[in-house]
Amino acid sequence: MGTRDCNHICDESSPGIGEAGRTGEWRTHLPVIDDKRCTASKLNKPTCFLCWLYCPEAVVTKSIPPTIDLEYCKGCGICAEVCPVQAITMIPEEKNLG
Amino acid sequence: MHILDGNQAAAIAAKMSRVQVVAAYPITPQTPLTEQLSQYVEEGQLKAEYVAVESEHSAMAVCTSASTVGARTFTATSSHGLAYMHEMLHWAAGARLPIVMACVNRAIGAPWNVLNDQQDSISQRDTGWIQIYCRNNQDILDTVIQAYRIAESVYVPVMVCYDGYILSHTEMPVDIPEQVDVDRYLPPYKPHTTLDPANPKNYNLVTLANPRVGVDGKLCHGYMELRYLLQEALQNSRETILQAGKEFNDIFGRDYSCMFWEERNEDAEITIVAMGSLASEAIVAADMLREEGIKVGVLGLRVFRPFPKQDVVQALRKSRLIVVFDKNISYGSEGATCSEIKSALYGTYINAAIRNFIVGLGGRDVKARELAEATKKAISSLKETVINQDYPEWICHI
Amino acid sequence: MKANAVNLIEKEWILPGNRTCPGCALSLAYRHTLKALEGQCIVTVPASCATVLHGMYPITAVNVPCVNTPFASTGASATGLVAGLKALGRKGITVLAFAGDGGTHDIGIQSLSGAAERQYDFMYICYDNEGYMNTGNQRSGSTPLGAVSGTTPVLGKQQYQKDMTAIMEAHGLPYVATCSASYPLDLYEKVKKAKTIEGTRFIHIHTPCPPGWLFPFSDTIKFGEMAVETGLVVLYEIEDGIFRITSASESLARKGGNLQPVREYFKSQGRFKTITEEQIDELQQWVNARWKQCLNRATNL
Repeated sequence: MGTRDCNHICDESSPGIGEAGRTGEWRTHLPVIDDKRCTASKLNKPTCFLCWLYCPEAVVTKSIPPTIDLEYCKGCGICAEVCPVQAITMIPEEKNLG
Repeated sequence: MHILDGNQAAAIAAKMSRVQVVAAYPITPQTPLTEQLSQYVEEGQLKAEYVAVESEHSAMAVCTSASTVGARTFTATSSHGLAYMHEMLHWAAGARLPIVMACVNRAIGAPWNVLNDQQDSISQRDTGWIQIYCRNNQDILDTVIQAYRIAESVYVPVMVCYDGYILSHTEMPVDIPEQVDVDRYLPPYKPHTTLDPANPKNYNLVTLANPRVGVDGKLCHGYMELRYLLQEALQNSRETILQAGKEFNDIFGRDYSCMFWEERNEDAEITIVAMGSLASEAIVAADMLREEGIKVGVLGLRVFRPFPKQDVVQALRKSRLIVVFDKNISYGSEGATCSEIKSALYGTYINAAIRNFIVGLGGRDVKARELAEATKKAISSLKETVINQDYPEWICHI
Repeated sequence: MKANAVNLIEKEWILPGNRTCPGCALSLAYRHTLKALEGQCIVTVPASCATVLHGMYPITAVNVPCVNTPFASTGASATGLVAGLKALGRKGITVLAFAGDGGTHDIGIQSLSGAAERQYDFMYICYDNEGYMNTGNQRSGSTPLGAVSGTTPVLGKQQYQKDMTAIMEAHGLPYVATCSASYPLDLYEKVKKAKTIEGTRFIHIHTPCPPGWLFPFSDTIKFGEMAVETGLVVLYEIEDGIFRITSASESLARKGGNLQPVREYFKSQGRFKTITEEQIDELQQWVNARWKQCLNRATNL
C-alpha cells in the first residue's frame, strides 16, 4: 500500500469530484425545476440564471433550462428561495428520509 | 583565515548557500546574525527576500510556505523564539520541508536568562528535525552549508545548534571557503512540492487515521504511514549526513563524516559525553585527568537527531564508566543526552555505569577542572555501586 | 461591462461533492472569489471551515494550488508564498489568504497585522461566519453581542463584534472592502478590482452559517440580505483612502437610507435566543449611528 515516492512523503492531494462521497445522499428534499415557469426556458435565451449564481455547491448548470446534478446536490433549497419566478420546488426525497 | 564569531560564521554560511528567503525575528543572542543577513541583503551581497517578520512563529510560517513554493529558506532563533515556533517546527517536519535553522542555544525562562544552555533545542527534539550541535565557529560555518545538502536530500528540516555567547559572540579563527566551491557542493534545491495553477495540488490537508483511495484509484497513506516515512527518513539520514561530511572533506579539506567527535577515546576506560562547545571543554578535562593517570576519553556528540545509537555503542564498547554532562534537563527525569546514551546501550553487551551531571544552565561557567572533579567523583562512586543513579547530580552551588 | 449571472464566467474551481454544510455561504463566497481570480492563484488556508471544504488527503475539492497552514499563521504563510514566488521570479499569480474570522480577528490577528504592515503583495479574504464554526460554534471576536455559542451558552456574548475591517484600514492598505455572500456580484467585482492592486488587500465577507446561527439552510441568502438591509453589515470599499458605499448598501442609501429594524434579524435566528430587549435597543442605536457615519464618509453619494 501507499508509496515512498516523492509525491507522497507529505500529504499532496489532487483535485477530485465527490471528495466527501455522493453528497446527494445528504438530501431530505430535492429541487425540481419547472421548465414552464423558468424564465430562461420560457424565453429560450440565456437570462436570469440566479439559481446557478447562488448555488453554493456549483451543481447547477448554466443551460436552458438549468439542470441540477442530483448526484451531489445537497438539497439546501437556496435555488428555490432565490428563483424570482418560483420555478423551483423542493420535494421530499423519499429514499433519503426516515 | 578570518577572525569570526559564531553568528558571523552562520551568516556567511547562509549567504554562501545562496538562500533565497530569510525570515527571522531578532532575539538575544541570535540578533547579530539576523542583522548581518539583512545587511547582506540590503547591500546586494545576498540576493534573497528578507522578511522582517513580527514573531518567530511567523518566521517559521514564512519559511514553510516559501519552501513549499520551492525557495531555499533560512531562519534563526534562540530560547523563547524557538519555543514560540514549536507548533511550526512540527509542521515543517511533517510537511517534509528542507528548511535550515540556526538555533543559538540560550536558556528559557521563567525566570529570564539570556545566557547559554541547551534547554531550548533539546525541548524540540521530538519534532522531527535533524539536530546537529557545533563545537566551534568553523564547525558552525561548515555545518550550515552541509545542512542544506542534507536537508534537500532527505527532505527533513535541519537545526544547526551552537552555544549562545560561548560561540555566537566569541571570535575564533575561521576559514571561509570559496563561493565557487560551495556552489559545486550545493546543487539548487529541487522541491517535491508543486504550487502551480496549471497543475493544482493541495498540501497539508486533514489526513485521516486510515489509508484512503486517491483520485487515481490508488490507496494512499493514512497519517501514521506519513509519520512512519518521516521517522524512516531520519533513521536513513545517517548515511546522507556521513556522505555529506565526506564530500565536504573532498572539496574543503575538513572531514565531517561522523555522528560525533571522539578524542582520546581509543584506550579510554572512562568516557565523557558532552555536546556543543562543552565537548571542547571536556577535552581539556580529559587531558587533566590523563596527567593523573586516569584514562579518560571524550565523545563529543555532533548529531543528536537522529540519535546515532549504533555508532555510540561502537564507541563506548570499552568504557567501564560513562560520564554524561548535560546542559539541559528533562525535568522530573534527567539530562536528555544521558537518556539517549542509556537507551542506546540497553540490551547491548556493554556493562558500563553511567553518571549524569547537569552543568552550565543559564550561562553558569563550566570550568574544565569542574568537569575533571566531577569525573573523579563519578569514578569513586563506583566503589559503592555500579548501579545508575535515579536522578542526575548538579554542578552548582546547592 | 458589469458582471451579472448571465455573463459571469461559467468555469468552476470548487468541485461538487465537498464537505461543506448544505447552504454554506462560505462555499458560495469562495466559488465567486475563485471565479474573479480565474483560478490563477495560490491559496493559503488556516484551520477553518475552508480547510474542510478543501477536503482530506489525498483528494481536494478545490481546483487551485493550496498550502494549509496552522491557525495563527495565515498572514505569515501568505507572506512566505509571496517571498518564495518573488525569489524564484514567478509572476502573474495572486497569493490569496482565505481565512475565517477566528484566523483573522483572534488567533491570526498578529500575523495578519505583521504581513499588512510589511505591505506584502497578497490578497487576504476573511469569510466571517461570526464564530469558530468549524469546531461547532465557539465565540470569536466577531460573534455579535447577545449571540449564544458553545462558549457563551447561557448569557450570550457580552461584547460587541471586533471591527476587523476598520483595523485593517488603519494599516493604510491600498484596498479594503466589505462584502456579503448574499451579494455575489458585488463580491466578484471587488475581488476582480483587488486583483489589479498591488500591496496587501483586505476583503471581509459576511457569510451566514445555518448550523451555527440556527436557521434553515435554505435561508442563507435571506439572512445575508437582511444583515445588509438592517445596516448590521454595510457594503463598502476603501481604495487609496477613498470610501465608497456599494451594491445594496448604496441602493439603500440612495433610496432614502431607511434601514429595516434589527429586531426581525435577531428574532429569527436561534443563536439570539437569549438576547435581551436592552441589547436589541443598544444594537439598534449602534447600527443607526454607524450607518450615519458610513453615509457621511461615502464619497459616491
